[in-house]
Amino acid sequence: MNLSMTIRLAWKNILGNRLRSALTILGLVIGIASVILLVGLVNGAAQSVNDEIASMGADVITVEIYDETTLDLDDMDAMSKLNSVRDASPELMLDAALSKGGEKSSGTTLIGAGESYIDIMGYEIGSGRNISRIDVGNSTKAVVIGSGIARRFWKQKDPCGDTIKIEGDDYTVIGVLQSAGSAMGNNVDEMVIMPITAAKYLGESIEITFAYVRADTEEDADAACTSVRDYLTNTKHMDPDSCIVVTQKMMLKTMEEINRTMSLLLGGIASISLLVGGIGVMNVMLVSVTERTREIGIRKSLGARRKDIMYQFLIESVVLSAFGGIVGILLGLVLGRIASLTGMMFAPGIGMIMLAVGVSVAVGIIFGILPSYRAACLKPVEALRYE
Amino acid sequence: MIDIKGMKKSFTLGDETITAVNDVDLHVDRGDFLAVIGPSGSGKSTLMNILGLLDKADEGTYSFDGIDVTDLSDNQQAKIRNEKIGFVFQSFYLLQKLTAVENVMVPLLYRGVSDKEARKKAEAMLQRLGLGERQKHMPQQLSGGQQQRVAIARALVGEPELILADEPTGALDQTTGREILKLLQDLNEEGQTIIIITHDNFIAHQAKRIYRMEDGILREEEAE
Repeated sequence: MNLSMTIRLAWKNILGNRLRSALTILGLVIGIASVILLVGLVNGAAQSVNDEIASMGADVITVEIYDETTLDLDDMDAMSKLNSVRDASPELMLDAALSKGGEKSSGTTLIGAGESYIDIMGYEIGSGRNISRIDVGNSTKAVVIGSGIARRFWKQKDPCGDTIKIEGDDYTVIGVLQSAGSAMGNNVDEMVIMPITAAKYLGESIEITFAYVRADTEEDADAACTSVRDYLTNTKHMDPDSCIVVTQKMMLKTMEEINRTMSLLLGGIASISLLVGGIGVMNVMLVSVTERTREIGIRKSLGARRKDIMYQFLIESVVLSAFGGIVGILLGLVLGRIASLTGMMFAPGIGMIMLAVGVSVAVGIIFGILPSYRAACLKPVEALRYE
Repeated sequence: MIDIKGMKKSFTLGDETITAVNDVDLHVDRGDFLAVIGPSGSGKSTLMNILGLLDKADEGTYSFDGIDVTDLSDNQQAKIRNEKIGFVFQSFYLLQKLTAVENVMVPLLYRGVSDKEARKKAEAMLQRLGLGERQKHMPQQLSGGQQQRVAIARALVGEPELILADEPTGALDQTTGREILKLLQDLNEEGQTIIIITHDNFIAHQAKRIYRMEDGILREEEAE
């Protein structure tokens, strides 16, 4: 019997018992749908983190301190003078109430930084100017604001020169950032950057535990990283385990490793669910063979050889599993789409989908072998006599 | 065409051994029309199974169309069944999920005949047996007589040497049964070798030669 006829016959048999077929492939559908969904979500999250890391710039080094050690502005200056380092800036996250003309601003990120911060982060000044070294030295109450804030409070007017209230105090807007969207988890358009020294007016002490350091060139990133790490461990006598000094390249590599581990983990879980799904298929195929004993006997009496019968049931098993796989893939994609509408990132790879199809077919073959073999080995006389 | 000598087959049920076929000799020529009659339990079904290469005897020899088929492998048996033997069963045994024409196509497809070719031959055979209008019907949509005719079409489509019919009219009413019997007689007139297994005397007497089977022993009966 040729393949297309056998497939059509298999399909007819599957449709002939819709409820049973549906229940059979349920395990497989759920298994594959969850893999597509979960891997898609993990990939999506990884991709967006990667994008953010990539936006940082290959010459930027992130410095994060975890013990009680804190850095001050002298340390920043010292680090800027290190080998292969161009400049360094702290980043201090502040929590304060912003308002203009009685209207409060929410969703704003307030950052205390050095004069090189905006440059290091790759932001552009749209109008006005950046914070200067003098501003930092004088603890000037000056701020550079994101374009979203500018638009919200000043509409089309240029906010430079005007003031904005932070914790009731007036701060002069000296510059507006060009619109940029998201960077390293922060929304640039909703940022307010002030000299880190001005944070004292908000009751914050200048204890720096997070900084960005820029290398002379991208190629110098690793060297600069080493310089900074040596500074922290030797000059500041820090425990190397208490600080993180990494280049963009290192972060991407770590992300890659995390991604790989997550994928393996998910792959392992997926395999278990596919095993369960496959057993479901095998179970039903065995029942199907028993029910169709008479049919097998008739076919054998008409001249079907063992391999004809085996072929017929194996194809049926594969068609069933492949169908389950496709339904699972579609379900996974739909669920992923729904998830992405709630803000999560969903990135299913085409490779993943192809793999899912391949695996479904494999499940059909592997778990169909036993039932098909049993069908093929039935003795014609007994099979015909079967009630 | 068929030569059986000294055939024996026994079954063990529990601690009892039953000799279903006991030292049977049978000779069938091409064009013969035989009936094997006997009560249930006489061993005639076992004999038919062995004749049809659905089962193997314990002892004896079986020559079919000049070939020694006594001890063939499963695959070899399947091949001969497919090419040289056509079965007709009491309960028709049509495949319920296939149409009439698809049912008739099955033996040809197992032989490796192409889809198109098989369909052509199946349609022609159904036409010949008066079922041209019902080709695309499912078995459930056909009457008993029509189903049996489809089964006969299926048995004939491969141009077999032998038709083996096990109680072919057993599930049919008297009139329809007579029709089927007449069909078999007509086929025999055209040269088809037929063996019918039955427990019905009347049916047996429609054949040209009658054999009676009792307790595993086969004996030719004198024609009346």
